[in-house]
Amino acid sequence: WLAQQATHHRLRTNRLSPPFHSSLLLYSSHLPTQAAENSSSSIAISPITVESRHFSPSHSQPSSKGFPRYQLQPPSCIPSSVKSDFFPSSLCFQMASSVISAAASASPSACPVTDLLKGKAKLGSGNVGSLFIKDKGNPFLNSKSCGRITMAVAVNVSRFEAITMAPPDPILGVSEAFKADNDEKKLNLGVGAYRTEELQPYVLDVVKKAENLMLERGENKEYLPIEGLAAFNKATAELLFGADSPVISEQRVATIQGLSGTGSLRLAAVLIERYFPGAKVLISSPTWGNHKNIFNDARVPWSEYRYYDPKTVGLDFEGMIEDIKAAPEGSFVLLHGCAHNPTGIDPTPEQWEKIADVIQEKNHIPFFDVAYQGFASGSLDQDAASVRLFAARGMEIFVAQSYSKNLGLYSERIGAINVVCSSSDTAARVKSQLKRIARPMYSNPPIHGARIVANVVGDPALFGEWKAEMEMMAGRIKGVRQKLYDSLTSKDKSGKDWSFILKQIGMFSFTGLNKNQSDNMTNKWHVYMTKDGRISLAGLNLAKCEYLADAIIDSYHNVS
Amino acid sequence: MWRLQLIRKPWRCFSTSAGVRRWFDSVGPAAKDPLQAVTEAFNSDPFPQKINLGLGAYRDEQGKPLVLQCVQQAEEKIRGCNLLDSVSAPVASATLVEECVKLVYGRSVNVVKEKRFAGVPALSGTGACRLFAEFQRNFFPESAIYLPDPTWTNHHNIWANAHVPVRTFHYYHPHLRGLDFAALIDDVKNAPDGSFFLLHPCAHNPTGIDPTEDQWSEISNLFKMKNHFPFFDMAYQGLATGDVDKDASSIRIFLEDGHLIGCAQSFTKTMGLFGHRTGCLSLLCADRDQAVRVKSQLQRIAGAIYGSPPVHGIVLLSTILGDQALKSIWFKEVKAMASRIQSMRAKLRERLELTGSSLNWEHITKQVGMFWFPGLTPEQVDRLAKEFHVYMTPDGRMSMAGVTTSNVRYLANAVHEVTKCR
Repeated sequence: WLAQQATHHRLRTNRLSPPFHSSLLLYSSHLPTQAAENSSSSIAISPITVESRHFSPSHSQPSSKGFPRYQLQPPSCIPSSVKSDFFPSSLCFQMASSVISAAASASPSACPVTDLLKGKAKLGSGNVGSLFIKDKGNPFLNSKSCGRITMAVAVNVSRFEAITMAPPDPILGVSEAFKADNDEKKLNLGVGAYRTEELQPYVLDVVKKAENLMLERGENKEYLPIEGLAAFNKATAELLFGADSPVISEQRVATIQGLSGTGSLRLAAVLIERYFPGAKVLISSPTWGNHKNIFNDARVPWSEYRYYDPKTVGLDFEGMIEDIKAAPEGSFVLLHGCAHNPTGIDPTPEQWEKIADVIQEKNHIPFFDVAYQGFASGSLDQDAASVRLFAARGMEIFVAQSYSKNLGLYSERIGAINVVCSSSDTAARVKSQLKRIARPMYSNPPIHGARIVANVVGDPALFGEWKAEMEMMAGRIKGVRQKLYDSLTSKDKSGKDWSFILKQIGMFSFTGLNKNQSDNMTNKWHVYMTKDGRISLAGLNLAKCEYLADAIIDSYHNVS
Repeated sequence: MWRLQLIRKPWRCFSTSAGVRRWFDSVGPAAKDPLQAVTEAFNSDPFPQKINLGLGAYRDEQGKPLVLQCVQQAEEKIRGCNLLDSVSAPVASATLVEECVKLVYGRSVNVVKEKRFAGVPALSGTGACRLFAEFQRNFFPESAIYLPDPTWTNHHNIWANAHVPVRTFHYYHPHLRGLDFAALIDDVKNAPDGSFFLLHPCAHNPTGIDPTEDQWSEISNLFKMKNHFPFFDMAYQGLATGDVDKDASSIRIFLEDGHLIGCAQSFTKTMGLFGHRTGCLSLLCADRDQAVRVKSQLQRIAGAIYGSPPVHGIVLLSTILGDQALKSIWFKEVKAMASRIQSMRAKLRERLELTGSSLNWEHITKQVGMFWFPGLTPEQVDRLAKEFHVYMTPDGRMSMAGVTTSNVRYLANAVHEVTKCR
């Protein structure tokens, strides 16, 4: 019966060849509500509707008659006690599509569809294959069992049905809400990207100059080697460790260009998973949100060490040391080289020494994420002091670098992974393994950002200009910190200590506001920030400091 | 701000020789990437007539890399643009994906018009394949990938690194130097239903052997019966026949047959954008909502590998594909590249036949795309490098893009010399 229906509408072809193609939409007309008893040996079809759409290359519109619909009623051969109560719709799909395909492939007389419907031919058995035997036009199925018959007719039921929406990025969500807000007082303190005093994105002058140089030279666009641009790798390691550092002169650093901080961290994570199986990475609580994603996807286990102390809005140093000590020997300790994200709270030099002590005691491996070198204090050397302290102790270290913020190259994705080793031979081997990880990830890294960095660092004039621009950017942030602090202390009569604003460093500040208070900032004052109380000072200018101070004071004191 | 004083604690300052824990002793040296090894060997060879046929990168008549006109013009066009503008990068990405999808599936097919695709820019072909492999592992953890035998070597690495088991299916017939179609069909049939297959839509790498249209139709039909997932790695659209639509015909056959396809697209070779790492990954979906969800998952996976894709290549590619004039220039240039390669194939075959070789060199002009796969033995490949200074990948794959009118005769003689004793 079904075959007759199908063939009447020209579905009979074992190969749906152009110009005719039919896509069948099958759906249940109602949802099943309860399991049927007795359903094991018989197959029933609940009423389903088949919608057929005709596509052909020459007609991009469906046929002018619209979509023919077929109502498939359970044939009378099925006992009514079985037929209508319940049949899982997914099985309906399979059933119906299989039957349609059987119909499509066989001539009506050869198709004992009623047998199928009576349950004599079960799905998944070779019996159904017998439906095809007589059809000469189908060379791919013969009298041997052809296995399960699945959807031989293309149906628009994709295998991606079960895929859900990925969780939204919390920070992007902030920017989106900001965009949707029409209030003129609104302030976007969610964004982790530098803005000028006019709150505009900033392309560094040296970057423009470098790009012009590159255009004039008309350089080709050939592949970089897997490890990246050699000039960039040399420059980035020297920038980080200092050109006269023994790790450089002894060639003990394995450096390869990575896709900004994220890409460099991921390379390191894969290396850890491969060569230190079972080793954990200790990450600060809190830390940059993507750290967890990177280690999760690389299947590297992680745990947190205490870092932020909400009582002091400062560093929980004792907790940090305790947790690092308590971790199993040989763990990796992820440290922010400077300008901790999201808190802005960095250890003091004395504290760094103690951290290095305990890491050495426990035979842990320090793993630095350096995303703000030069951007935090304005000085490249000062911001690298923590990394250099560890290197000077002769330790083996991982360091991921990013040029997103300090050169404003956010979207060019330029950074590096550096592994300081005990010997140059080891460094060579580690480098070869990092390349082996990069090759099946993206083959070789993008060229543009690397060339910019190499040109800026390699030219003394441009390098000097870059340092000046970095000082300017860091200076602007220090300036707004000062103004915010001044506004807070002059407006807030409660005697609360706001000095953490000045003690914190870098783009971000943890205000100590809780979620409700942060919501108040947004809902009442149109100040957009993340729910953990983090504000990005890069999005603040002097003109708005007073307004922000009012908002913070109100949220802190009047909301709990 | 205080200046950091390095507090000296000499008893803590271990020198490298004084027993610091050495973590990386167990890290052995990785085997060199075969392609990089070839390039290095070539670079260090002083022989003046040396020929590099290893890298699949287009070279002009003088053997030099080529920056395409359309690319140069696009660079000028975007010069001075503020790429940091929070609007421009996402807009360029969206344009790129839309144009890429139209290029490969066709401008006016419903799946494109109804936006039933999940597409993201990717780090060229490698990045697109890796993104798909990670997606496959995430959402189809029991699945394996079927790769043709042979295939681009990095395919194996990509899926293995994504922890997806790799299987192969028959493709190349060594005696025929052609497609082993019967064995291919058998393998497709015998694979469990709903398997994931990687297919080269045109200019198969490394063999240059493509199925005919009829053969593609049969494969598509069998895929339907078996409910297999077709994943296409499109790296040479335009470079195979010179016509971008013709080169996509296999994909369009599958599309017409109703498959929901996955496709990795690379523009490194066809647009000479090697160093920019620009490409696209697209997955066709049942409907627009599903496309939005799948795309969000692709972006999430990419976010933990590299964050976001590099903007310069994205803006270049979207500028070229989004501008009718630039795109037409590109079509002409890619056709010219394909023609030069085809003429080199013809010349090489002619030269080889002129050497008096007894072997059949027909396959040189029958194979399609950048590569010639003559089926040499490792010893012959070695001899070509050591005695004749002709470099290629260890499997004997030669990039015809590296052949010029000035070196074709030398190459023909060299090949004849190493093959004549067979």
